[in-house]
Amino acid sequence: MSNVINVKDMCLWYGEHQAIKNVNIEIPEKSITAFIGPSGCGKSTFLKTLNRMNDLIPGVKITGDIRYEGTDIFAKDIDVNNLRKEIGMVFQKPNPFPMSIYDNIAYGPRTHGITKKTELDEIVENSLKRAAIWDEVKDRLKKNALGLSGGQQQRLCIARALAVDPKVLLMDEPTSALDPISTSRIEELVLDLKETYTIVMVTHNMQQAVRVSDYTAFFLLGELVEFGRTEDIFSQPQDKRTEDYITGRFG
Amino acid sequence: MKKNQLMEKVIHGIFLVLGLITVGCVLLITIYLVISGIPAIREIGLVDFLFGKQWASTATEPKYGILPFILTSIYGTAGAIVIGVPVGFMTAVYLSKMASPKVKSVIQSAVSLLAGIPSVVYGLVGMLVLVPGIRKIFNVPDGASLLAAIIVLAIMILPSIIKMSITALDAVPKEYEDASLALGATPIETYFRVSVPAAKSGIAAAVVLGVGRAIGEAMAVMMVAGNVPNMPDSLFQSVRFLTTAVSSEMAYSSGLQRQALFSIALVLFMFIMLTGATLNFFLKRERE
Ligand SMILES: Nc1ncnc2c1ncn2[C@@H]1O[C@H](COP(=O)(O)OP(=O)(O)O)[C@@H](O)[C@H]1O
Ligand SMILES: [Mg+2]
Repeated sequence: MSNVINVKDMCLWYGEHQAIKNVNIEIPEKSITAFIGPSGCGKSTFLKTLNRMNDLIPGVKITGDIRYEGTDIFAKDIDVNNLRKEIGMVFQKPNPFPMSIYDNIAYGPRTHGITKKTELDEIVENSLKRAAIWDEVKDRLKKNALGLSGGQQQRLCIARALAVDPKVLLMDEPTSALDPISTSRIEELVLDLKETYTIVMVTHNMQQAVRVSDYTAFFLLGELVEFGRTEDIFSQPQDKRTEDYITGRFG
Repeated sequence: MKKNQLMEKVIHGIFLVLGLITVGCVLLITIYLVISGIPAIREIGLVDFLFGKQWASTATEPKYGILPFILTSIYGTAGAIVIGVPVGFMTAVYLSKMASPKVKSVIQSAVSLLAGIPSVVYGLVGMLVLVPGIRKIFNVPDGASLLAAIIVLAIMILPSIIKMSITALDAVPKEYEDASLALGATPIETYFRVSVPAAKSGIAAAVVLGVGRAIGEAMAVMMVAGNVPNMPDSLFQSVRFLTTAVSSEMAYSSGLQRQALFSIALVLFMFIMLTGATLNFFLKRERE
């Protein structure tokens, strides 16, 4: 199995504060990689580096080498907008735009130059179907997306991300704001999606990592302590700190 | 315990009275304007008054038609909006979303300063710079004109438009913008397709506030518009606004003429009430 993203010796500073310390990782294609670790250990920071959403924060400095499908994502000639189209993102708090369900999904494709109504209709329908929310919203596509429940909003956000046809999907604690039923729906959805997409998911919930992920990376204080197959990490962790964390001795 | 409660009540009462004083002032002004504005309208006739094209209050056979003033106020305000809103709006988008903190603070102080300049100073600068400028550039006999008034008003409404729009744009949740950027939209695209629509009722309120300011302005337009009761047939016509129609004749007026001035004030008051109501409507929608 090949790797989509390769990270070598990556460090990141917010001003003086070093949030990521020398991380090396290779994210395998068409699988789910979970990032776990106590809050503040740099999971979100690392995730946002992969689609360069950190660029927007003043005072951020990044060193090291990150390659997406072999190309350096910090190369001068890279098109950031295109990179973000390839590597989609779903946020912790569902954040649909304050516009109709249809316009939410069509936003990305329109951005990338698709204007034909029939083509957009098709993308909207397919994306909503792939995100397992089509049946719930197909009769109210023109209604404001903010009227949906939290769980529906999050699936809408996933559909919106899928609408620009990404290869990788970054998810930052996508279920932490949701109730258990919505959470399990999203987990099922994510398991479906890995047939087509490479998924990287931050979670603070270790059971969730066990339930859905193929690989797990354990972060602590900005370092990547351990990375491997999920069953290995949880059954025979190599590092004492990983063991302490997954057995609930801290964090 | 008892003493404390009494104290509470007394203080509560004082604040209530202070609040009622404000309400009382508004009511008093409204009632006074209506009472003193109606007689002249009765005597002249509502249609002749509002739609009469000629104002000649001191002629032997006086004419009291205020259509020239109404149209001048409407055109002047509309012109100021057409120029001031795009400029102010773009400035606000730049300051709220793009400018570095340093640039933002410098420009914002300049905007605040602009807001604090008394209107007589705007008028003075307009008279000394704008009026001769218009005369030379457009080669017209007199630069004191509707155009000069529009330009001065456009500059005068800039601060309120910029400030209100910035407040609305700053309040747009960053999550919306992040979502757009993460879909591969450029920052500029994001501001115009996500931030601005999300802030639209605040921006609309900014425009209405600008309208209110422009329609109520007297001193500056008196100094640059020529203050002649002509119909505003062209941008280069010397004109008189509703506000200045009242102020320029008040000092020496008497009888029906004086009453007609009160009626003009009533019409102006209606216009301003209308913009105020519109503003409230938008602000309410913003809050929801
Ligand atoms: N925008 C920021 N500016 C400065 N420091 C930040 C910023 N975002 C995160 N940090 C810091 O970086 C560290 C890692 O944060 P984060 O990546 O959010 O952790 P996690 O997602 O694992 O909870 C924390 O110490 C946090 O305070
Ligand atoms: Mg986080």
